[in-house]
Amino acid sequence: MATQEVEATEARPPLSKNLAGGGRKPTDVNPLTPYLFMAPYLVLFGIFILFPVFYGFWISLHNWDYLLPGKPWVGLQNYIDLFTPGSPTSGFFWQSMEATGKFTLFSVPLLVVIPLLVALILNQSFPGRAFFRTVYFAPYVLGVAVVGILWRYLLDANVGLVNYYLGRLGLPDDIAWTNDLPWAWVALVGPTVWWTLGFNAVIYLAGLQDIDPALYDAAKVDGANRWRRFLHVTLPGLRPILLFIIVITILASANVFGQTYLITEGAPGDDTRSAIMYIAEQGLENFTMGSASAMSYVLALCLAVISLANFAIFRYRED
Amino acid sequence: MARAAARTESEKVRRSPQQLARLTLSYSALILLTVVFVAPLLWMLSTSFKTNLEATQLPPNWIPQDFTTESYATIFSTGETQTPVLRWFFNSMVAASAHTLLVLVTASMAAYALARMRFPGRNVAFAIIITTLFIPQFVFLMPNYLIVDFLGWLDTLLAVIVPGAAGAFGVFFLRQFFLSLPHELEEAALIDGASHLQIFLRIILPLSKAPLATLAVLSFLVNWNDFLWPLYVLINPESLTLPPGLANLQRSYTTDYAIVMAGGVVASIPVLIVFIICQKYVIQGVARSGLKG
Repeated sequence: MATQEVEATEARPPLSKNLAGGGRKPTDVNPLTPYLFMAPYLVLFGIFILFPVFYGFWISLHNWDYLLPGKPWVGLQNYIDLFTPGSPTSGFFWQSMEATGKFTLFSVPLLVVIPLLVALILNQSFPGRAFFRTVYFAPYVLGVAVVGILWRYLLDANVGLVNYYLGRLGLPDDIAWTNDLPWAWVALVGPTVWWTLGFNAVIYLAGLQDIDPALYDAAKVDGANRWRRFLHVTLPGLRPILLFIIVITILASANVFGQTYLITEGAPGDDTRSAIMYIAEQGLENFTMGSASAMSYVLALCLAVISLANFAIFRYRED
Repeated sequence: MARAAARTESEKVRRSPQQLARLTLSYSALILLTVVFVAPLLWMLSTSFKTNLEATQLPPNWIPQDFTTESYATIFSTGETQTPVLRWFFNSMVAASAHTLLVLVTASMAAYALARMRFPGRNVAFAIIITTLFIPQFVFLMPNYLIVDFLGWLDTLLAVIVPGAAGAFGVFFLRQFFLSLPHELEEAALIDGASHLQIFLRIILPLSKAPLATLAVLSFLVNWNDFLWPLYVLINPESLTLPPGLANLQRSYTTDYAIVMAGGVVASIPVLIVFIICQKYVIQGVARSGLKG
């Protein structure tokens, strides 16, 4: 039985080679078949991904006002305006970039460290761990709109639960979370951590389970305590996952929109208006789409540089 | 010998409380965190069954004293209204289901060709598709708005069903799985005279139930929750899906929190049900997306 199987698998490769090499597959003589399989997706991909990347850049080279008939060519003027202090857009744009930058700076460390701690606890074997994992992941499936309206209520200065329970703990109970600094940052970062902690923790958990248990045993034999095992086995084993988490969390934070739209509405003033929020306002409410497109390419370029820098730092450390 | 045995014995006794302490600490942290995660959701549910007066009362009643369904009656009323929540629910259901179906069909076909056939241009096509995974979504905001407008899809559900299905994730995800299937599968079928379409439908797809389910659940959740895009391409109150609808609700009923929370409950229940039934697929999908990075 076993020898027959070996023979069968050994006999097969030449056969398949014949098939591929001769190109005479019994029924599939039509060379168009693969393209027909690709076609439905490629139509979507062409219209809504590939073309728009270039079309968006083309728009950014024009004074493209959706509501006006003429869309005069302005070359790089939209970009130059963004880098010219005192132009109508540059001040607001860089203010919104600063808001996005601050949000990213405050949220990413929390979203890298806390989910790792949660994953380390959940990676032990004890009854109920699947239950906890499910509970922590649950907010992630809700979507930013639900998270936004819910936390807007919880953080309401007068009737919100957050201020009420702070008061019960003897802390100030009249903080204007949604329209005062620095509290507005807490009102944006806190719910974001609540919302996405489980997502990162699940990715960490998968990474932890991929680390070879033999490495831990070897470290134990060498007399390494828990902390040293974490430092010398867990962290190096998690390196690719850590890089992945950092990169996607930075990208997700830089895309912040729903929280600022629903929880703070950009307040106080425009201090928490995020870059995406400003781009959407300019392009899709005021319909100055040329300048809004230019902004989105500048933001995309910034994110590309940051992502590449992350990869470079991690590779450098690896050497 | 006896001394060694005694030592291990005492070690056991000494380690046990230590482990117990660690376990207690872990459980305390986990339970505290569970409260932080569950309480807001219960509060949303509880508030949705209160009068608006009670919703703004402190100290808070976790169990409504004046239990009422008037918030739901208000948001489900079908007359002239700026906030037709039932309509939004229906729109979201249609959009997320149609979107999911479109993703499954187009992505699985393309992934099959990319994984199981040789043809000129395959590697270039795959490289281009993969590269676009790294382009942030907001880059498409302006051009796709204009394209959707050109197609006459503004303010229709097509605008939230179709463009999102062009994303490369589904193709990438299914191709990975199709590559892992043994080649003997279709070679035998080809010799027996089967066409690629037959192989795809009768052999590959039935073997791919788990990854297809994962992709279906993720596509449904992402589409159901999408906020920014529908906020701008859907305009009239009757055209909205739930996420931009909730923003509308918050604007219309600023501090009528009982009503706003009822809207939140309506938007949450379907995804929580999908999550609880399909959590294996959701969590595996997310975990695997990390491993490939």
